[in-house]
Amino acid sequence: MTKQYRIPGRGRVNTARRVTFTFDGREFQGYEGDTLASALLANGQHLMGRSFKYHRPRGVVSAGSDEPNALVAVGSGPALQTPNLRATQVEIHDGLVAISQNRFPCLKFDLGAVNTLAAPLLPAGFYYKTFMWPRSFWDKVYEPIIRASAGLGVAPTAPDPDQYAFRYEHCDVLVVGAGPAGLAAALAAGRAGARVIVADETAEAGGWLLSDTTSRIDGKTGAAWAREVVDELNAMPNVRLLTRCTAFNYGPHNMVALNERLTDHLAHPAVGQPKERLWQVRAKEVVLAAGALERPLVFDGNDRPGVMLATAARTYLNRYGVACGRRAIVVTADDAAYRVALDLKDAGVTVAAIADLRPAPDGALVAAAIRAGITVLPNTTIQRAHGLNRVCSVELAQLLPDGSVGKGHQWRADLVLMSGGFTPSVHMFSQSRGKLVFDEELGVYVPGQSAERERSAGACRGVYRLDRVLEDGARAGAEAAAATGFDGSAPQWQTGDLDEPGRGGFAGALPRRGKGLRAMAFVDYQNDVTAKDVKLAVREGFRSIEHIKRYTTTGMATDQGKSSNVNALGIASEALGRPVEKVGLTTFRPPFTPVTFGAFAGHAREFLFDPVRRTAADGWARDRGAVFEDVGLWQRARYFPINGEDMEAAVRRECLATRSAVGIFDASTLGKIEVVGPDAATFMNRMYVNGWTKLAVGRCRYGLLCRENGFVYDDGVVGRVAADRFHVTTTTGGAAGVLNMMEDYLQTEWPDLDVWLTSTSEEWSVIAVQGPLARKVLAPLVDGLDISAEALPHMSMAEGSICGVPMRLFRVSFTGELGFEVNVPSRHGRRIWDAIWAAGEPHGMTPYGTETMHVLRAEKGYIVVGQETDGTATPDDVGCGWAVSKVKKDFVGKRSLALPALKAPDRLQLVGLLTLDPSEVLEEGTQLVARPDEAVPMHKLGHVTSSYFSATLGHSIALAMVAGGRARMGETLYVPVEGRSIPVKVTNPVFYDVEGARLNV
Amino acid sequence: MSDVMTASQARFDVAAGPDLRRWVLQGRDAGLAAGAAAFGLSGVPDMLRTAQVAGGTAARLGPHELVFFAEPDRADAIYSALQAGLKDIPSSLVEISDRQVAIDISGPDVELVLSSLSPMDFNIRAFPVGMATRTLLAKADGMVWRTGPQSFRLEVWRSFVPYMTEYLQKVACDVRF
Repeated sequence: MTKQYRIPGRGRVNTARRVTFTFDGREFQGYEGDTLASALLANGQHLMGRSFKYHRPRGVVSAGSDEPNALVAVGSGPALQTPNLRATQVEIHDGLVAISQNRFPCLKFDLGAVNTLAAPLLPAGFYYKTFMWPRSFWDKVYEPIIRASAGLGVAPTAPDPDQYAFRYEHCDVLVVGAGPAGLAAALAAGRAGARVIVADETAEAGGWLLSDTTSRIDGKTGAAWAREVVDELNAMPNVRLLTRCTAFNYGPHNMVALNERLTDHLAHPAVGQPKERLWQVRAKEVVLAAGALERPLVFDGNDRPGVMLATAARTYLNRYGVACGRRAIVVTADDAAYRVALDLKDAGVTVAAIADLRPAPDGALVAAAIRAGITVLPNTTIQRAHGLNRVCSVELAQLLPDGSVGKGHQWRADLVLMSGGFTPSVHMFSQSRGKLVFDEELGVYVPGQSAERERSAGACRGVYRLDRVLEDGARAGAEAAAATGFDGSAPQWQTGDLDEPGRGGFAGALPRRGKGLRAMAFVDYQNDVTAKDVKLAVREGFRSIEHIKRYTTTGMATDQGKSSNVNALGIASEALGRPVEKVGLTTFRPPFTPVTFGAFAGHAREFLFDPVRRTAADGWARDRGAVFEDVGLWQRARYFPINGEDMEAAVRRECLATRSAVGIFDASTLGKIEVVGPDAATFMNRMYVNGWTKLAVGRCRYGLLCRENGFVYDDGVVGRVAADRFHVTTTTGGAAGVLNMMEDYLQTEWPDLDVWLTSTSEEWSVIAVQGPLARKVLAPLVDGLDISAEALPHMSMAEGSICGVPMRLFRVSFTGELGFEVNVPSRHGRRIWDAIWAAGEPHGMTPYGTETMHVLRAEKGYIVVGQETDGTATPDDVGCGWAVSKVKKDFVGKRSLALPALKAPDRLQLVGLLTLDPSEVLEEGTQLVARPDEAVPMHKLGHVTSSYFSATLGHSIALAMVAGGRARMGETLYVPVEGRSIPVKVTNPVFYDVEGARLNV
Repeated sequence: MSDVMTASQARFDVAAGPDLRRWVLQGRDAGLAAGAAAFGLSGVPDMLRTAQVAGGTAARLGPHELVFFAEPDRADAIYSALQAGLKDIPSSLVEISDRQVAIDISGPDVELVLSSLSPMDFNIRAFPVGMATRTLLAKADGMVWRTGPQSFRLEVWRSFVPYMTEYLQKVACDVRF
């Protein structure tokens, strides 16, 4: 079977190495070096997929990354199958498993093809108008059905076991594309000494040269020349040539993303070898040598398998040794297709005729074709291609002088080669935000003014003849190198036997006979957009090409309009009666070709998805079976269950133990900032709402930080270590933000202040010892430091040592009990924790986690920023108006706090709530209303911010933000929950030890 | 940590860095000059450059910032000298010995490994021996100091060490391909 379409003596595949693979479960054979497309074509299989919307049978159209039809899934199993790969880019290897997509039950017979019959009901934008009613059907019926029947492959369902590598790279010159222009550019820049990276999306550098067996460079074939250049480049230490590597995103400042596929072509990748590598290349200069894409022709049946681009057939013949059919019809508007016809004829393929849309083609190649005995039909169009799963015949018809199409004749053919000329691949240039200009002579857009340090070379800027391409590439390479400080000359080569491609071309839908109401002439194969759809969009009033694009979805598929863009523009231009350059061009979006999610994720998954930060006492807590929670990147012990306790039981026990004896808590994750300098107090005065001038050395104060808008941003205890040194603590989550905000003010508003900020969050491990017995536990450990109530009263601090380790000891409490926070250098954190634990155990010391910490602080009415506050609460709203200095001239937020709206009496204010039923624990976040029988929508008075069961009080407690809450003490409000309303009494938010007697002992 | 990379030690090695004491000095020109002099240097190092004295290294990580690293047996003397030298000069000297941890990486693949973590250019022409800077190492803030043609010292905050070590291990495998 394989031999059927394989032409001996042609192609670059290794015929000594046979490769076996399966497609849709059937076993096929190809050769090493084949793509899936070339191997299937060698077996006579053109049908490779079903279309997106109409489920029409589709064959391969191109031989490269512009392939819109032959999308396949490769690999098997729930984790390893990669959908939506282009068969033209999939290299086969032994054991490769590929399947076609978007078909049911099978590729040859697809029930979805009924959509073609319904095509008149499915015009452009059909889902905007066909399924308007009833409204409720959209979500439940229409959309699910449309989604199930339209579409691409199926995403894998299991986690991807492969590894994906990532690398940043820097270079002087990045060359995108290793065709003749790219190789010439790389050689010029490389010889000049610049650091060069060349990336090509295919497996072998050389580009079009590998398909062109006619042209000669320095007397050699293009492929032989390319081989020599590649060898020279590979020998240069300053040049890196990457194949199977697609430049897919052109970011600002010449940051270009490359996707290198490392193992897809291998039957047996090495153990541990990453599947792909994502490169982020920062290039001083970029040379775009992306080549050009041949344009399909738009005619009825142009999507029949067996209808393909002319140059693609040449690539299959000369690069893979495959004849795409036995009897070919060529339809062209450019000389390039004549060379294809000559090559095919030479390989034994019957070329029945060449239909040329041009009235009088006269190039050298035309004459050569005629000389070779090929029938050339000038001024001829193709009316229609017939066939279902494979084209069987075409109707060619004369173009009449009045522009109409004459009577047609049927021609038998199993291969229809079309050439509408070439479209420069300007995708990357467009991504770089460069300005495209319309080239009148070529009838296409080409790169104009660059926005980045970039230049285009060769076919991607409309230069097609090989000698000019080489010259253009060499010049671009030399100029790019010179721009980075490496001077060198542009290399030169002698060329011979050159063709003149790219002088003709056609854009738009081919002229046809009759209205063609049922004609299916595809513009965008991948999104199933026909010429009619584009015309319809214009008839319905769309004028801008951007609107036409969105309405019809032309150019919006994963190929980003590679083959469709110019034709769609041509049709729109004709329908609008405006020249193409006046219609405009749509944006080409990244990625150039689809990139796997795995490549983007790289190693950022599981443990490495985000750094997991753990404290010094983490291991101790884990050994005791603590349950952890994530707080930002930190993992904090939430509670310490014993004997199978649930959280509720553990928290009750931890709370009672702390209030009655002593608890130990890991507070290391709190942010810490050392504010140092002669102007430290001035700086603190300006940042925080509190006054700091009078805070004595060795004393602490609760600090509240607002944003410029007067709303609470962060809080924490601040200790004055020395006249010019403050030890500031922040919330765990706020640490980085507070430091940034402080630096921002310092650098932009008050650069004159002699004060500097240093993050010390991780310098100190913080062990909180809280409870009536806290002093008893610590006193023997602190190396003689007097920590009595007189020497170290509540809200004071001292420097000393504990077990011989330097210590900053804070007498502070977030529990309402006698409390200390022991700060020691982190390397000693675990040792000191162990020492305190050993000393505390005889006193009934209990470790507690963040949940108990929350309950204890709520019993005392202490707020948690981000829980009681939501970014719209002022200090006064949360009951901290006392902290705001009345005497300071200014501080961040002062002006805003003076606004009447921020002082309104009906603002949400912090209150406590008590339920009638002491065991009823309210849901945090629930709303509060005045009357249980209010009509819906009820008037919301506020919401519950914190709610716990207090074991100490034997009663549930809650904190809430309530409109004018402080004036509602004693009132009963209601919490509507499903089916009932819970009455709650508004109280003082301090539930326990209101006088603070337990603190000052 | 050093047991992590045994598989490919010939090309790349990770080892725990030395136990050091560290101080960050921030101040205006006079402060930095006084600090550098007290440390034993003839002048303030250029931006992003390090300078060494017996038992210590100073890294100029910012226009107004010097970080001093001292070996433990020299640390007390250095700290005393810094305190004395900075007396009466507006500045901020803060100990950060335990905030961060040193990781030494070396081998022929070391530039490739770093290139997988940080967007900086680690080619020796762009990042010569003696250069040091803060940068992002994957998702961890860190400092990178080139100690030799094929050796760097990384410093990351203490809690990021497990993340950093694991990441280095993964990346060291990647760069072999």
